[in-house]
Amino acid sequence: MKLTDIQTLSALKVGQSATVHALHVDSGFMYRLNAMGFRIGKPLELIRIAPFNGPFHIKLGNTEVMLRQQDAANIEVLM
Amino acid sequence: MKRIALIGMPNAGKSTLFNRMSGASAKVANWPGVTVDLMSAKLLLAGNIAEIIDLPGIYDLHGFSDDEQVVRHFLCNNTVDLILIVANASQIDRQLTLALQLKALGLPAVLLLNMADEAKKLGISINADLLAKELGYPSVLLSAKYGQGYSDAYQLIETELQKNHAVPTVSLEENFAVDQDVEKKLEHIIDHSVDFPIQTSHSLTQKLDRVLLHPWLGLPLFFGFMYLMFEAVYTLGAPLQDGVAWILDHLRELVLAPLLSFLPPLLNSFLLNGVYDGIATVASFVPVIILFFLFMAIIEDSGYLSRSAFLMDALMTKMGLDGRSFVMLLMGFGCNVPALMGTRTMRSRGLRLLTMLVIPFSLCSARLQVFVFMTTALFAPEQAPLVIFSLYVMTFVVVLLTSLLFKGQFNSSEPFALELPPYRFPTMRQMILRGWHEVRHFLHRATKFITIGVVLVWFLTNMPYGVEPASAASWSGWIGEFMSPILSPAGINPELTIALIFGFVAKEIVIGALAVIYGVEGTALMQGIAQEIDWVQAYSFMLFTLIYTPCLSTIATIRAEAKSAWFTALSLIWPMTLAWIISASFYQIARYLGY
Repeated sequence: MKLTDIQTLSALKVGQSATVHALHVDSGFMYRLNAMGFRIGKPLELIRIAPFNGPFHIKLGNTEVMLRQQDAANIEVLM
Repeated sequence: MKRIALIGMPNAGKSTLFNRMSGASAKVANWPGVTVDLMSAKLLLAGNIAEIIDLPGIYDLHGFSDDEQVVRHFLCNNTVDLILIVANASQIDRQLTLALQLKALGLPAVLLLNMADEAKKLGISINADLLAKELGYPSVLLSAKYGQGYSDAYQLIETELQKNHAVPTVSLEENFAVDQDVEKKLEHIIDHSVDFPIQTSHSLTQKLDRVLLHPWLGLPLFFGFMYLMFEAVYTLGAPLQDGVAWILDHLRELVLAPLLSFLPPLLNSFLLNGVYDGIATVASFVPVIILFFLFMAIIEDSGYLSRSAFLMDALMTKMGLDGRSFVMLLMGFGCNVPALMGTRTMRSRGLRLLTMLVIPFSLCSARLQVFVFMTTALFAPEQAPLVIFSLYVMTFVVVLLTSLLFKGQFNSSEPFALELPPYRFPTMRQMILRGWHEVRHFLHRATKFITIGVVLVWFLTNMPYGVEPASAASWSGWIGEFMSPILSPAGINPELTIALIFGFVAKEIVIGALAVIYGVEGTALMQGIAQEIDWVQAYSFMLFTLIYTPCLSTIATIRAEAKSAWFTALSLIWPMTLAWIISASFYQIARYLGY
């Protein structure tokens, strides 16, 4: 694994896929993200970005979630 | 009596199952250790009466939101004979965690793999028996919505209920220590008992989202749909309201009036002009409300509501709120009380309070009745829906104003993620149940507030004994006179003032009160009001009704949810002040412009 392959989720472009590498969030939010399917090694895809540069629309397996870009910046993904 | 608790993640179909099991018999109840009301129902299971409790949807037993605490406190303070874990079968790879956490606590449970039809369509195959063996909980596939597998599930629940002995309550919060093994077990069980196709997708949802969540078209489409819905409620609802009013009017003239004619005039007037006119006028709006809630139910159950959070989040953030606040405002269009309770999913107190401060501005269905009444009386049929829509727009104007003004006081930077479930359409059964629920809600309010309200209004307008009803010499005349320096700048006359005072208790009373004050109901009442006031006064009155305190239940809910006297005071005083400023400004400017 090259270090350059790791980037924040917020840097993903629409249509790109990656796998979850690390979550740098407080434990309360960690529970929530885990329960929604953000687990290390899980693949995800950025489907679209909301109007006015709003939240991300992300697909994780059979679950689709919205996540704010500022929070996506705390999630590392592996390209 | 056996006790059963329903636990599941949001969007797992928990409430659908609860409704299917309880029929329409559910009611709200209090529970030890839990500060909020929970829905529960009693039903006959395996020859025993069992009580079934619908716990809030949660993601994680360890989570920090209020809802997650409610579930924890409930399990700590109440013995439960059986837990029904409701999980979305197509998302079992993540929803199984709740079951594993409950297993770690040693609580007796059954795993209900709901939405089995959807999972099958997606090509996911679950070996429920193998899953049950690995997990240690009996498991069954079903569709709570359409009923497949329901009788099997029901039988399984009965068997398990007979088997299990009451387990002591989970004694300490420490028992909820994080189970490190959960993730490993999860992987293991899913690998063994579930077969996922390589690529799964809800193709219809994807196609719809491409249009409905389009970067430029998404928001205009959303507001377009909302407008169409309100237009439809008015266009379909107004004739229905007219019809019910006509029936109730004839019932009065042909049956009740002759029947009660032997009574002394005062008692006769009390029963007919007070109680009957008041309640009948309010009751004639029930069809409009049912219609409105049917549309709301479709939008709510369809998954479009959470999409509106996605579309609006960026704009709401600028106001110190977020996408969830927007969803709660929309929910508030039905009734402000559940919308206020819905803020429990917010972990940041600042965000939650600011959202609770703006929810009461949401034009709820009770206020809608007043506005349908007023616009039908004072505006041309083609103008009326536009006038009502302008009041919905006003909701957002007032929310914008309030949130920008107060966002400094209620800071928040809560991270948040929200699920976007696939689009679904409610079944006829779900819609009928919803309609019935609204009728029952109305009957409940009718017996509680509306009757007392209209009776009090009758006394105020007819006492002291022998006065001309609602004249300056009556008690209501005195009050109106007393309040007139405050409300006359807004064009609100003494009669409307009395209606507003009682509207503080519940907005339905406003039209009931007007019927009593003017001593007529139905079409005659509308004509009577049209002669007394003009459209400028009516619109000013509607603005005031929209903005000032929604009702006593809302205030009580704010008090209970915020647990703060000063916040409750703020949410009383600020809307009152704002209502006066906006109504008076509108009235004065309109008059200055010569209207």
